Amino acid sequence: MIEVFFQFEFLRYSLFTGLMIGILAPAIGVFLVVRRLSLMADALSHITLTGIAFSLLLGRTVPFFAALNPVYMGMLFSVVGSLAVDRLGHVYRYYKELAIPIILSSGIGIGVVFISLADGFNNDLFNYLFGSVIAVSQADFYLVLALLFAVSLFIILFYKELLFLSFDEEQAIVSGLPRSFLHLSFMIVTAVVIGVSMQIVGILLVSALMTLPVAAAMRLADSFKQMLMYSIVIGEISVLAGMFSAFHLDLAPGGTIVMTNLLILTIIIMFTKSD
Amino acid sequence: MANEKRSFAVEVTNVSFAYDQQNVLEDIQMNISKGSFLGLVGPNGSGKSTLIKLMLGLLKPDSGEIKLFGTDIKHFEQWNKIGFVSQKANSFNSGFPATVFEVVSMGLYGKVGLFRFLSKKDKQKVKETIAQVGMSEYEKTNIGNLSGGQQQRVFIARALVSSPDLLILDEPTVGVDQQSVANFYYMLEKLNRESGITLILVTHDVGAMTDYVTDVACLNKCLHFHGGSDDFAENKDSMMSKMYGHDVHLLEHNHDHHDHDHSHDHDHAGRSADD
Repeated sequence: MIEVFFQFEFLRYSLFTGLMIGILAPAIGVFLVVRRLSLMADALSHITLTGIAFSLLLGRTVPFFAALNPVYMGMLFSVVGSLAVDRLGHVYRYYKELAIPIILSSGIGIGVVFISLADGFNNDLFNYLFGSVIAVSQADFYLVLALLFAVSLFIILFYKELLFLSFDEEQAIVSGLPRSFLHLSFMIVTAVVIGVSMQIVGILLVSALMTLPVAAAMRLADSFKQMLMYSIVIGEISVLAGMFSAFHLDLAPGGTIVMTNLLILTIIIMFTKSD
Repeated sequence: MANEKRSFAVEVTNVSFAYDQQNVLEDIQMNISKGSFLGLVGPNGSGKSTLIKLMLGLLKPDSGEIKLFGTDIKHFEQWNKIGFVSQKANSFNSGFPATVFEVVSMGLYGKVGLFRFLSKKDKQKVKETIAQVGMSEYEKTNIGNLSGGQQQRVFIARALVSSPDLLILDEPTVGVDQQSVANFYYMLEKLNRESGITLILVTHDVGAMTDYVTDVACLNKCLHFHGGSDDFAENKDSMMSKMYGHDVHLLEHNHDHHDHDHSHDHDHAGRSADD
């Protein structure tokens, strides 16, 4: 069953890319969840869709964009979206959560217009929405590999600052941590991770891989470090199981990955007492 | 001149502050000597917390100036010299997955600085500080599983771990039972006596703290009294009625009055004045 992933080169790239995303998404998700920003992943993934649709639309008239991987444009939109969320947070100081539906619905709204203008829904787009086991190219693989290093470095270097800021923002500022810099760079990293993760899990389900493993790990962990580790382990298990079943049953991997996550989460909720 | 300056931990000169149009603090003038243990008292909504936030640089005064250890707060950089324990209910989400050890370590993050990790010596210091507040057996316990009084000890440890010269506590005993409060005040007094740390304790519980502090300041928009605790005890009744505008024995013993919700502060001030 597993051998097939090693027989074909393109499947090998998908598998390794999936495994890397299984580390990246929950690792960033842990910080999103404890900062009460779980929905941010949803907002940013929807704005990523806008970028992808925009790139596909441009590709129809400008040859340069036809050759360019739409993921880059998706990532760019996602980063701009994260900056917009931050800006809106200042505008609505007492209703910060409003920024999320504003960005989310703008993302879908503008995205749908671009999609209609391009040529409606096609197979490519379906892959972007729900993920694909076979859409990963060698170039995608190297991009995710580079990001895995960059994001890991970011988390290792700023682990203690991000943790402090999540736990107690006021105290963190008092002890002199550069809040704005950390917040902004964290949002940009989140946006980039969402941009690359959607290749495997799909735009609509990226946020699931960022939050469900964390939701499960939270019920098991006593320390923050444990929660980070457990989240990654659960993320990896669900990516593996999800990708194998997706390939063999000819299903969209986004769905099977989320279902595996859901199964793990349900079991953990059943066997841990709520406090 | 230099020596004279060095003898004050905090110098507040002609400071005024207003939220929107509402004056909260008017022309505050107060110098806090190094090594003193100051009880800052006043009714709800009297501007105590605002004054603290100004001293911590979380808010900027509309007029006047504040100096910390002789340095204008605008240029002050040694934030690790200052510890802060805020009202627990406001600053901390009790579902956060972190152990006592992790939480106390956070107190060193500002001092350790960016791109550095905690050394063996730092970790030793964390353990010692946890022992100092009598929480050693809970080192690996999730902070959410502790009682209110225990959590507050952990937050004190976090503030103490960087060996600050000034420790500010904003109503640290809200939601903590009476017996723990007495132990807590005793612990603070001992700290002040033995390690010479300057303490500012903000409270609206006038009765209990007078036995432990060296100085008292009474605040209600303006500074009504600032002097030794003996002086304060002698003139307490006249001082209190001047500040609250009526006899306040009622408030001293009324612990139901503790309220976590700050937005009602002004309400409360009004109500207690009518009592």
